[in-house]
Amino acid sequence: MLMGDKGKYIGIVMGLTFASLIMTQQPAIFMGLMARSYSFITDVGLPDIWVMDEKVQFIDDIKSLQDTELYRVRGVSGVEWAMPMYKGMQKARMSDGTFQNCTVIGLDDTTLIGAPAVLVEGKLDDLRRSDSVIVDFDGANEKLAKPPLIEGGKKIPLKVGDNLELNDRRAIVVGIAKVTRTFQSQPTIYTTYSRAKTYAPRERKLLSFVLVKAKAGQNIPELTKRIQENTGLAAYTQQEFMDLTFNYFMKNTGIPINFGISITLGFIVGAAIAGQTFYNFTLENLRQFGVLKAMGTSNWTLLRMILLQAILVGSTGYGMGVGLTALFGYLMRHSILAFKFPWQLLIFSGLGVSLICMLAALISILKVIRLEPAIVFKS
Amino acid sequence: MNIAVRCENLTKIYDTGEQKVTALNHVNLNILLGELMMLVGPSGCGKTTLISVIAGILDQNEGLCELFGENLLTMKSKDKLRFRATQIGFVFQAFNLLPSLNAAENVSVPLIINGEKRDVAKRKAIDVLERVGLGDRWKSFPSQLSGGQQQRVAIARALIHSPRLIVCDEPTSALDHASGHNVMNLLKEVAVHKDRALVIVSHDSRIFSFADCIAEMDDGHIVKIS
Repeated sequence: MLMGDKGKYIGIVMGLTFASLIMTQQPAIFMGLMARSYSFITDVGLPDIWVMDEKVQFIDDIKSLQDTELYRVRGVSGVEWAMPMYKGMQKARMSDGTFQNCTVIGLDDTTLIGAPAVLVEGKLDDLRRSDSVIVDFDGANEKLAKPPLIEGGKKIPLKVGDNLELNDRRAIVVGIAKVTRTFQSQPTIYTTYSRAKTYAPRERKLLSFVLVKAKAGQNIPELTKRIQENTGLAAYTQQEFMDLTFNYFMKNTGIPINFGISITLGFIVGAAIAGQTFYNFTLENLRQFGVLKAMGTSNWTLLRMILLQAILVGSTGYGMGVGLTALFGYLMRHSILAFKFPWQLLIFSGLGVSLICMLAALISILKVIRLEPAIVFKS
Repeated sequence: MNIAVRCENLTKIYDTGEQKVTALNHVNLNILLGELMMLVGPSGCGKTTLISVIAGILDQNEGLCELFGENLLTMKSKDKLRFRATQIGFVFQAFNLLPSLNAAENVSVPLIINGEKRDVAKRKAIDVLERVGLGDRWKSFPSQLSGGQQQRVAIARALIHSPRLIVCDEPTSALDHASGHNVMNLLKEVAVHKDRALVIVSHDSRIFSFADCIAEMDDGHIVKIS
């Protein structure tokens, strides 16, 4: 019946497509954005446990420790190794004299544990050379890129061999690394722990994290607890630290509310368009439903007819919305936009679209069930 | 017993809350099998209400209405639906064909309601459309047919499941004179049968000559049967 009325059919499908798109695309951006909050932790994949000051609330909330804490952690039984990591914000002075805030990561001088896994240029070992740093790919191509040779031209990406200045000290780029974008979206500069301390303003405490690997067969949660008890520091498994960071952003930023409003609006607008059009369709075809009733069609059959039509438009709209979201994600894959599309989102938006369809169908079903078949003889 | 429909003291009152309107006031009427009965009278006299009660799509307040010996008022709603689906055929003033279905699909609807398989129903529908002279138009949608052709499709739909009572509401009022006569000739030819009764509501005096019996109504009463 509904398929015969192309205008209404398209109207309902468009409404549901819009709702499905908003209810899938906006959470995908939200998920992508939130995943960036802990992307640094996932990039540093090797350690089992992260040790830090007990007041630390999330990955960028650095409350530095004394270097001696490293040795206390190493002294805890069950620890295979424990390595220092510096993480801090520094201003990089570029060749044209401008400054750019960067995240500087200091890695253990010997093992370089915590170094980026993928280098698109240069070698990790070169980090042991004097004044050497590795810069992340996005930072090298965007914020740390050199000004164009001609006005209005393209910026020149930072390359191996180029120089920077960090806190009045020379830094020579020896590698370009591919790392996951972080929430701060600042360029990330990797160097050794001891060199990072020379770039940092002079402070008594500069150790940000202690990265710990458990001995084989160790129970990680138990070791985490033991480190906490023996050192008085906070110790988290990788997942716990990711959750801590994620929850901090959820509680202390307006991001969930902003995206929640967008998703709710998408639901309401989609429900309004689809529900109203579906109901109008039912009203316009009330006489046809009356004819079917008069001819002996049961309410149950009419109910199934309406539900089938709701499922048909719902599936089409949902499929188009999800398809458009996937296309959006594909087209934006190289952009700065955060986008993460886990399978759970398909269920989330599917439930949203189903709810809209059920609401739209329900009001129509009530109208049809209450319909007196004698309406067919009214002119 | 050759009585198809027996109405005794039928009363129907519409209660709108603000006022009560008596549409049928102690109506007595018998319709015989093989008879084409025409209900005539001015607008608002109760013709449509009477065929609605006879067809079992409206319940009376008082009185008895029996179709082939069955009292629809006391029937369970499921049985009543089944009875309507198998025993009654409808022809409407505005044709009331489903616009998204072609002629054959529209005609096959009563069979599908009665549980027939779609392909079988469609084959039978094409046969019935042949009988009403539209065998070559079975693929056409209602919007592609003239008023007369649409009413022929509606007649085919009313006949396909071989109902014992056919109820027609102003079947010619939306048609020109020639088309109206063609439709009535067709109804007389294909619908009147010794095991079947035909009730037509009309105020189109041009077609009164087709009736075997005319019941004149006024103000909720049958005032004359001729």
